[in-house]
Amino acid sequence: MKNKYSIFSLIKNAFSGHENWQRTWSDATPKKEYDAIIIGGGGHGLATAYYLAKKHKMNNIAVVEKGWIGGGNTGRNTTIIRSNYLWDASAGLYDHALKIWEGLSQELNYNVMFSQRGVMNLAHNLQDVRDLKRRTHANRLNGIDAVWLNTEEVKKFCPIINTSPNIRYPVLGGTLQKRAGTARHDAVAWGYARGADQMGVDIIQNCEVKGIKRIGDKIEGIETTKGFIKTNKIGVVAAGHSSVIANMVGMRLPLESKPLQALVSEPVKPIIDTVVMSNAVHAYVSQSDKGELVIGAGTDSYISYTQKGSHNVVEETLRAILELYPIFSRMKMLRQWGGIVDICPDASPIISKTQIKGLYFNCGWGTGGFKATPGSGDLFAHTIANDEPHKLNSSFNLNRFVSGDLVDEHGAAAVAH
Amino acid sequence: MFLINCPYCGERDQSEFSCGGEAHIERPKQPTELSDDQWAEYLFMRKNVKGIQFERWNHIHGCRKWFNVARDTSNDKIHAVYKMGERPPIK
Repeated sequence: MKNKYSIFSLIKNAFSGHENWQRTWSDATPKKEYDAIIIGGGGHGLATAYYLAKKHKMNNIAVVEKGWIGGGNTGRNTTIIRSNYLWDASAGLYDHALKIWEGLSQELNYNVMFSQRGVMNLAHNLQDVRDLKRRTHANRLNGIDAVWLNTEEVKKFCPIINTSPNIRYPVLGGTLQKRAGTARHDAVAWGYARGADQMGVDIIQNCEVKGIKRIGDKIEGIETTKGFIKTNKIGVVAAGHSSVIANMVGMRLPLESKPLQALVSEPVKPIIDTVVMSNAVHAYVSQSDKGELVIGAGTDSYISYTQKGSHNVVEETLRAILELYPIFSRMKMLRQWGGIVDICPDASPIISKTQIKGLYFNCGWGTGGFKATPGSGDLFAHTIANDEPHKLNSSFNLNRFVSGDLVDEHGAAAVAH
Repeated sequence: MFLINCPYCGERDQSEFSCGGEAHIERPKQPTELSDDQWAEYLFMRKNVKGIQFERWNHIHGCRKWFNVARDTSNDKIHAVYKMGERPPIK
């Protein structure tokens, strides 16, 4: 690897005042033709390109991105990584990703700041308790670490939670996945972009796809704001805009795109050293390395592509946060933003071939795609290179909406939608 | 976040309403004769338009009546409000 980052490169560059670091990836202009094109330069798209080049030796490929690398949902999520999903298919998919996360910084030679600080999911009513205990058992049968904590154990693990029985939705217990945690989301996009670039992948930013050319059921190329680019294989990883791309070939997808909001507080000293999520009252919180509380809100109830979101959604979340963590009552929120998430009816993703030869979709990650970034890229690359799904993503095909073989993960998705 | 002009109550905050998703999806007239593909189209496949979308809303914290709205999903501007059973007044 050229320009490998190490303690020696750090010392060497320190002597020249850190003014001679090389560009992390080159700003490519489109060639006339590629073996495959990935539409969407977020984490999943860049990871797909990285694994296509690394594992499947497809080096004449490009990633086209209408904005800038990682400027979409990759840079807008709350960075939570976990694999405690209910069904076998999901457990396989998300734990595959978690296993890659565990060695990702070394593999990419780029610090993605993966921190296994644990994720705790709270239960606030008897049905929550039953559901979460069931999920804990299901996780353990699938080899995923999960433990049930009673109220005292929750308090011990995260002392700032208000476990009084007198609050509106008292904490009746929770589950804990210790291998879960967070990572630095921008670094994931940059690390994969750098890795892909070094293997010859062209990363083309500010290049919006305007149309897809096909003859019969065969892909011919894409029309973009930087001209026509020829290719026979297209992998669409466009998150909230997946349906927009699908409409270009007259396809409809089982997706609805909605704004999902997050917000961060002013930075404070370390106060919460884990991630706590609560599905029932809809509040989840962790603390970034800069000291900001990172808070996730819910989705709006209507389709929108505005990347804003409604104020009442934020208010509801903050109300719940304040009841669970009275210590935060005088904190100020610094920034709020929205990302457009593509939600599937069963809250599970689609990593699939389509009826059009050479057209593949990786979408429907909804409110929880970041955690799956490495696994999603790996499996989508396999699907594109072999024109066949890997066994870990074979359940996540488009045909499940016809066969009825849905993977219902509304419980484990943990974000109300 | 925006205001919706309920045809029965007048202009109210969006948070008073509940969105029922894409409008004008007709329930199959002869469900027993539908193939699995046609069921999937009816149940799951959506246009998910970026642009003017025709959608159903319910004034859930008001008169509780359903009606249709033509809204641009790229900027949340509402172009028309019309009653259930009516055809969209704009293209």
